[in-house]
Amino acid sequence: MSNYISNIAHRHMLIFIIAISIFSLFVTFLSEPYGNGLISTSFVKTLGKTVCLCIIALAMDIVWGYCGILSLGHFAFFGLGGYMIGMWLMYERTSIIVIESSVSELLPLTETELSAAIGNQIFGVVGGYEIPAIWMFADNLLIQLFLVVAVPGVLAFIFGWLAFRSRVTGVYLSILTQAMTLALSLYLFQNDSGLRGNNGLSGLQNIPGLEYLGQQIISIWFFWISCIFLLIIFLIFYLLIHSKFGLIITSIRDNETRVRFLGYNVEIYKLFVFVLTAIVSSIAGALYYPQAGIINPAELAPIASIYLAVWVAIGGRGTLYGAMIGAATVSLFSSWFTGGQAPDISFGILNIEWVNWWTVLLGFGFVVITIFSENGLLGLVKKIFVSEK
Amino acid sequence: MKIKFFILIPFLLVFNFSVLAHHNEFDSFINNNAELIIKSSSKTVDTVLNNIQKFESPLVSNFLELWKLKNLYFIKETRKIIYIKEKGDLIEAFEIDGITKIGIYDKKEIKKIKPNSGVRAKIDTLLVKYQIFNPDLTVRKKSIASLSRNIEPDHLPLLRKASNSEQNSELKDEIDNLLRFAVIKYSSSEVEKLDVINSFENNTNIAIRASLNQLLNSSDILVADTLPANKNIARVIVPGLTTKESNGSAGRIGILKSEKYEISINSAYDLLFKNNLVKKKRVTKENIKLSLKQNIKDNKVGEFPVHSLNDDKTRSRAYEQLAAKNLVSPYVSENEIEKVVSQFVFYSLYLEDSSNVTNAALRVLSSINLRVQIYKYIDLFVDGLSLASIYFLGAIGLAITFGVMRVINMAHGEFIMMGAYTGYVVQQFISNHTLSLLIALPLAFFVTFTAGIIMERLVIRHLYKKPLDTLLATFGISIALQQIAKNIFGTQARPLTSPSWLDGSLSLSDDLSISYIRIAIFILSLIFLALLLYVMKRTRLGLETRAVTQNPIMAANMGINPERINMITFGFGSGIAGIAGIAIGLFSKVTSELGSEYIVQSFMTVVVGGVGNIWGTLAGASLIGFLQKFIEWFNPSNTLAAQTYMIIFIILFIQFRPKGIVALKGRAADE
Repeated sequence: MSNYISNIAHRHMLIFIIAISIFSLFVTFLSEPYGNGLISTSFVKTLGKTVCLCIIALAMDIVWGYCGILSLGHFAFFGLGGYMIGMWLMYERTSIIVIESSVSELLPLTETELSAAIGNQIFGVVGGYEIPAIWMFADNLLIQLFLVVAVPGVLAFIFGWLAFRSRVTGVYLSILTQAMTLALSLYLFQNDSGLRGNNGLSGLQNIPGLEYLGQQIISIWFFWISCIFLLIIFLIFYLLIHSKFGLIITSIRDNETRVRFLGYNVEIYKLFVFVLTAIVSSIAGALYYPQAGIINPAELAPIASIYLAVWVAIGGRGTLYGAMIGAATVSLFSSWFTGGQAPDISFGILNIEWVNWWTVLLGFGFVVITIFSENGLLGLVKKIFVSEK
Repeated sequence: MKIKFFILIPFLLVFNFSVLAHHNEFDSFINNNAELIIKSSSKTVDTVLNNIQKFESPLVSNFLELWKLKNLYFIKETRKIIYIKEKGDLIEAFEIDGITKIGIYDKKEIKKIKPNSGVRAKIDTLLVKYQIFNPDLTVRKKSIASLSRNIEPDHLPLLRKASNSEQNSELKDEIDNLLRFAVIKYSSSEVEKLDVINSFENNTNIAIRASLNQLLNSSDILVADTLPANKNIARVIVPGLTTKESNGSAGRIGILKSEKYEISINSAYDLLFKNNLVKKKRVTKENIKLSLKQNIKDNKVGEFPVHSLNDDKTRSRAYEQLAAKNLVSPYVSENEIEKVVSQFVFYSLYLEDSSNVTNAALRVLSSINLRVQIYKYIDLFVDGLSLASIYFLGAIGLAITFGVMRVINMAHGEFIMMGAYTGYVVQQFISNHTLSLLIALPLAFFVTFTAGIIMERLVIRHLYKKPLDTLLATFGISIALQQIAKNIFGTQARPLTSPSWLDGSLSLSDDLSISYIRIAIFILSLIFLALLLYVMKRTRLGLETRAVTQNPIMAANMGINPERINMITFGFGSGIAGIAGIAIGLFSKVTSELGSEYIVQSFMTVVVGGVGNIWGTLAGASLIGFLQKFIEWFNPSNTLAAQTYMIIFIILFIQFRPKGIVALKGRAADE
């Protein structure tokens, strides 16, 4: 039996590896720097960002679809990851610019002068010039990369430990996670939060030291890195849910009390899943925002996390493919419709402009899917497929 | 200019008859002294002003006022002083009785008399004398009112005299009040000042506080070898350590205070240099940098290669070397600065010489401030109360549906928004705000009640066993409704104007006023509290609802139809949201995002309060409302941070009472 499962698992993993390789090669050969240029640089970026969204959708699927914790806070971790990497990108780039412009000065800059100049460049918009203490490692890529993992990890650990310990479950937990997200985004909105208030961090698409490559090449590189991470995380999650551990977290989803009575420490399992997925979300964010170029606190607003749940639900929770399909389709459709590219439909008097009506369609469409197909689009397809057989 | 003249006309007419006898004399006096008036200077004007007082005519004060306001003219040719009235391009000239016409002139034929500021001040003092003792009460009142805005030393004796002679008791009170301020400001008698200061005790009037604070104004920073004796010292300043308090005394930098010390050690040294107490000027970092730049030779400053000059220590060493060669002014090291500064005493004096006066002012001010502080606490309490009522209104509907059906309605905020827009639309048809409000309240309830029932029938019913799915499905409805509202009403905020009797506020003191809207919302939420308590405890529907809340299956066995109860409860909860929407819309603008601004707080209220219990929601709303105001009060500049801390507090609170303040007991609690 276990042999059978592992065979199936191997087959699925192989399929996914092949699929993602074909996809990334396909995009590469149609891209501007390495192919015939059918896919524009901005679309490569969109695809790269979509891949990152697929990664966080996987994380959401594990925490909600498999473990049954409807977290409305995972996009906050995504944003935190973006902020952590954004700090390095912004600091390093500003520091390069400042040093370059100081060459014409007769004397070399002292450290305080340098940091004052950088501080003025970065924090001038919020009326500051001192570099806040939380930026103390911003000049070190390795530490900042470590923080991408550590900061959301620690936050998720503290929050999860507090929440699971007092056995907050179900809707209560969802609301608490939402509150956490709101608290974080409100905090970041302040000018004295040390992260430039509502201006957020910008210019993140310029990678310090690699500017000479140009955005065309950088965007395709980021696309590759995102694909590699998607692959790795998919494989990790796949192995995880097909292990004994996966069985236990699925059981927690289905009947938490019973699992507890069987002698398992449910809280530890939930905490592990919560922290792990938070870290994965953060990594996805750290990959996403250098492609988006800008991050601000609005990205962390509670609604973003709910949208994430919506993507996973539409795609089909409890299956890794479903989550990815949901995230990719909904986010791509969203940008297509709201970008004004979709043709308007005219019903005589009523002219449906998709820019305005897409959200309405999404909202009601989502309600319909929730009512009629618990497992989202993928579940719907399966249903039809199975019944035909 | 024209307007001012017209204001004066009625005055002139009132006194017309009594005036006629005098006016010829006055007129001839003025025109005899025309040159002195036209070319007045503060030295020469005294004779005119002294003589002008001999005329008892009320015309005099009008004349002086126009003169002061630069509204007096003369005819260039005859040098005759006139009043004017513009008529298109032409000017109609009057005698200075303001009635007798002289003729029509071209603008070029006349000229304005422009007294300088010294002359104007003298006119003003005389004018005050005329007005303050004017037989007409309205003139006296007006002059006291204008005096209270701008009081000068010269006015002090006038006010004393007026206080004795004034017959009207109301105005006498005002004059006495003004006199007290004048005494504080300008009197030379210490006893008199002390009397006035002591009479201010327990009076929280802002003007009084300002005048007391003014008494406590202190000088700029002074420096000496030792503290001077026999001076009224406000504070001793330690550079880099003490702060300046608003009452002139010195304070220490506290942990919670964000203020900075009054003077840094470096600036203190600069002050010493300015007062010639030290010889060497402090060399700033900028100066060092500049001097080093000027002394670069062969990529070197002295022995130091330029590239090594990238920290302050090396730079100052290089500078010292330059100083040793007398190339630049001598360097003063930080240790030296500290040592020199510590040898002197820095202090500030009260501008008021008498320490008795300043001490009395300090004492009275501190007792006043205590009282003001109490008012602030009351204000804070009222703020918290009104915020709590808003949260209660917003959350109670949510709490009922959550308690009965275990369903979180993410679209609850959008029902609040629908209610607010209903109020707006009703106002478009009915212009009477009172009437439209009376119609809008039940209509908003009806609209959102219907919407709630429809939603329950179409969506919620299918998802009873899956609370998380309901949460997401209602979110879908929420974003759709929000976008529809945006498509219909646009993104700009729509006003929901409150009736005029709700404008304004109940003012209890200078520091304490409560707007009527807040009171109205408080009363509205009290009404709803009473209504809900009645429905839940005293009616059949309430009984059935409570039964379903506690145990739906058992309730069904007893012949209650849970589906019906669910539907009605959901509609009812949504209806209350609609009414909350109108209440919220009255004090903030109506936008499509109105609901989502309140939804998270409403959720918090439900979670903190505990589900399925009206008292729980009340407790939750109070806790969150008061807490938010309390944190904002701690850190008033930052409401965003206040919300952050509040949410963190709630997350911690849930640790200790996971099921809220009022938790359900029995079977229902296990679900």
